[in-house]
Amino acid sequence: MIELLGLPFFQQALLAALLVGLCAPAVGTFIVQRRLALLGDGIGHVALTGVALGFLTGTAPVLTAVLVSIAGAVTIELVRARGKTTGDVALALLFYGGIAGGVLLMGIAPGGSNAKLNSYLFGSIATVAAEDLWVIAGLAVAVIGVVVAFGRELFVLCQDEEVARASGLPVRALSMIIAVTAALTVVIAMRVVGLLLVSALMVIPVATSQQFTRGFRATMLLAMAFGVIAAVGGLLGSTMSARVPPGAAIVLLALAGFALALPIGRFVRRGSRGRSGKEVTG
Amino acid sequence: MLLLTDTAFAMTGGQVILDGRHVLRGIGLTVRAGEVVAVLGANGSGKSTLVRALLGLTPLAAGSTLLYGVPPARFRQWWRIGYVPQRLQVGGGVPATVREVVASGRIARQRRLRPTSSADRAAVAAALEAVGLADRAGDRVQDLSGGQQQRVLIARALAGEPDTYVMDEPTAGVDAESQRMLARTLATLAGQGKTIVLVAHELGPLEPLITRGIVLRDGLVAHDGPPPQPEGECARPGHEHVHPHEEPQAVARALEGWQVKP
Repeated sequence: MIELLGLPFFQQALLAALLVGLCAPAVGTFIVQRRLALLGDGIGHVALTGVALGFLTGTAPVLTAVLVSIAGAVTIELVRARGKTTGDVALALLFYGGIAGGVLLMGIAPGGSNAKLNSYLFGSIATVAAEDLWVIAGLAVAVIGVVVAFGRELFVLCQDEEVARASGLPVRALSMIIAVTAALTVVIAMRVVGLLLVSALMVIPVATSQQFTRGFRATMLLAMAFGVIAAVGGLLGSTMSARVPPGAAIVLLALAGFALALPIGRFVRRGSRGRSGKEVTG
Repeated sequence: MLLLTDTAFAMTGGQVILDGRHVLRGIGLTVRAGEVVAVLGANGSGKSTLVRALLGLTPLAAGSTLLYGVPPARFRQWWRIGYVPQRLQVGGGVPATVREVVASGRIARQRRLRPTSSADRAAVAAALEAVGLADRAGDRVQDLSGGQQQRVLIARALAGEPDTYVMDEPTAGVDAESQRMLARTLATLAGQGKTIVLVAHELGPLEPLITRGIVLRDGLVAHDGPPPQPEGECARPGHEHVHPHEEPQAVARALEGWQVKP
């Protein structure tokens, strides 16, 4: 493993994993609170069409993926905001269309192959090139910037949309910001864990973190720490054997963390509740 | 036009249709600054819909409503409004501390990218103190009782230091201690000349504070004037209005007391 750390491709992979581990749970905290845990999955499906379009037109797949997933995220948000019961089906159609379109376009694209398709569906962190890394780093800065700049407003929005409106917040614009930020995160994570597992890194670290925390900000920061541990740990772990795919290793490590946190968190909370038990029932 | 600045809310011919049902069927209502108005009525009479429509949270199917002289969609001075919703939204279950929720009440007064100011912190501390939750500031709101959560929502509105409060059933499902706490807080606000519109299905300890009662029946104003006095069974000294909210019969019984005085 020590020799690996000296190799540029591995350093790039590590950096990519680190950025994904930081960004995905930061956005994920808002998404989970807004009950949009599956938003990342939806965008991930649509993004595959974007990747395939890149191969078809000879442009960088990461860039076309950014454009198409933003378009997908905006569509999903518009359907959600209208709040119609048919929205559920409309979203499902969008997801199927995204995957089917991606597989079809990849099939007819000149450079397309099943191996390439798999590398986007399930991640291929070892093939992250230097130029991919620049895009990933730029997107990561954008995502963290949004969280820092709009965090307070997004907290109010995710807590209670009506209170946000009665506070004069631009609810529609903020909802779009969340959706677009989620789309960017999907593209960041796509090379690391793959489009089908993107959402796992947005949701699982948050679910793990909230077993221990009392506050929103604390939940987000701890989730980011768990995200980094899972992403970097999974990547390092996968180097043990060439047959272990890093994307799956990262997600399974995150899940193992959650399984471990569940009983520990329950135990810790029971302890603290025992201390202030009288107040709680009072 | 000077009059408009004196008028907090002005609805004319307000109609709201929700899921094909006429919830409000033509409401005319003007609330002047400094009034303490209770909106009363049976469940389903449109009380909550009315206050939400006053803020533009529920769109009108017909008629119009003005917030300090401006339609809600064009209203910009939201820091003047403190909205207390019916209950705390738990959402996807990400924890939040009492302090975080109360501090979010400052949002209309904060600028993007500006750090929290000492004025923000002082207002949050004062709001927590006012509702008696200063010692719970670091706890999860999800771990508090219903009455305590209601106090958190009121503290969030207080933290924004608005001049107009709109409260949707602040007393529903609230324990006696929290009710007294609320009455004390409202008395202070009324004394400071704040405008308060609150929805209630019984006034309890709030009664002496109310300057005007609006009784809704089937989406229309059935009474507008001095707060109606409880009569009959409900007027007996020592009668406690502690009816469970979800029980329609109990609610109906509580409302029988709200008779318009001839």
